[in-house]
Amino acid sequence: MSPHVSTDFGVWIAAALTLFVFSFLYKDNPLYKFAEHLFVGVSGGYYIILNFWTVIYPNLIVPLGRAFRGTGVNADRAGMFATEIGDYRGYLIITAILGLLLFTRLMGKIGWLSRWPLAVIIGVYAGIKTTGFAQGDFVAQVQASLQPILLPTIGGTLSAIVFTIGLIASLLFFFFSREHKGALGVASKVGVYFLMVGFGAGYGYTVMSRISLLIGRFQFLLENWLGLR
Amino acid sequence: MTSALEALEHLDRRWIFLVMGLLVLGPLLFPLKLPLTVSKEVRGFRDAVEKVPNGSTVLMSCDYDPSAIPEMVPMTRTAMRQLFSKDCKIVVTVLWNAGPGLVDSITRETAREFPGKKYGTDWINLGYKAGNEAVMVVMGQGIANAFPRDYSGLDTRSFPIMRNVRDYSSFPLLVNISAGYPGTKEWVQQVQSRFHLPMVAGVTAVSAPEFYPYLQSGQLKGLLGGMAGAAEYEKSRGESGSATKGMDAQSLGHVFVALCIILGNLVRRSKQRETA
Repeated sequence: MSPHVSTDFGVWIAAALTLFVFSFLYKDNPLYKFAEHLFVGVSGGYYIILNFWTVIYPNLIVPLGRAFRGTGVNADRAGMFATEIGDYRGYLIITAILGLLLFTRLMGKIGWLSRWPLAVIIGVYAGIKTTGFAQGDFVAQVQASLQPILLPTIGGTLSAIVFTIGLIASLLFFFFSREHKGALGVASKVGVYFLMVGFGAGYGYTVMSRISLLIGRFQFLLENWLGLR
Repeated sequence: MTSALEALEHLDRRWIFLVMGLLVLGPLLFPLKLPLTVSKEVRGFRDAVEKVPNGSTVLMSCDYDPSAIPEMVPMTRTAMRQLFSKDCKIVVTVLWNAGPGLVDSITRETAREFPGKKYGTDWINLGYKAGNEAVMVVMGQGIANAFPRDYSGLDTRSFPIMRNVRDYSSFPLLVNISAGYPGTKEWVQQVQSRFHLPMVAGVTAVSAPEFYPYLQSGQLKGLLGGMAGAAEYEKSRGESGSATKGMDAQSLGHVFVALCIILGNLVRRSKQRETA
């Protein structure tokens, strides 16, 4: 393993900023502050420009320009309002106006106008989310929960029993219309244990995610910057 | 024993940072090659991709941005390699606006490993489209309707790969690599359950527990959870990528966190005894 230090200026900048951020682990210092402020400023600017070029320009300005020329996305359909799915042409003016109305929130007296586009956004997303949740989560998960307890293998049977007890006990823990005493108390306590196992698994996975980020940075420093491969 | 626990109570947390740093750095420089077992959910992922008929066109949505590189890139690469090795064509989409450039470079690098793979014929990057779930729904009416232009701004319909691609029914499998919203949850809710498109997912470790119910219900055929999932996938394919290289560090880091939890509880217990 012999080092081949990178000659790429961008890699050096990234490596220096990584080390500046790591320096916070020792104590707060001007180098960390510099990296932090630089990150906030650059990412703010980057996302504004990115959103303009990846959202507003291709989805509004370009299609509107084509619509005014009467061509649209599908060149076989001529006319400013010859719409089809994915080719909304002149009707995009409505969405442009709704989008601009969102900014009236900053204009005091006419701020109420921003509620109209918000109503559309909330309405559309509530609809999409509700049907998606009903089909993808509610129905499918209830169906998957109704499984036989007795299976051909002992392992499978045990697994199904633990699953069923965990499911019922966890659900009973969230039943708040009666005090958790007696049988309900026991069941909800069992439910808490199952939930704690779930939280523990979640915590373990979170640790893994955070360590992965650290590994990613170290791999960058060792491989991309110092060339230790 | 008590004095040691007292010392731990007042331990400067920078020592913990230092030990964790060394435990992560050490195995990256000097690999320990700790054993790694391929789990059922990772085998499910690999097998679902393997069952795709050779030469078919697969939809792959890479919903992440550079902040998730260590976890997402290794699994993206391995999945693309497996698909390309089966001569499958890949239609790539991205629902995170800072992601298309990264995903494009990964796809190009991976495609270069397979001589003869051409852009527009064997794979296409449709780039980013704003709208989250709304895009998924529109794709159900026609992929080219939702993505009239590819990542480079060229007419999507003009590419040979898109001749046989109409809507979700054109794909035998959806491979989703996702770091959050919009991602696997939304693909399951809007596409898998509505259009019955078989699906596998690779997700960040932090979000993985959320998706196990989908695995149990069969909505997901396989699941890769974080760097460990990516490493297991690499192992199951006989590869040794950046995820595999990082697993020794990952294991030592976890042992150290577990040790800190145990010691923290011992310190707390001894304090409780003192006050009692």
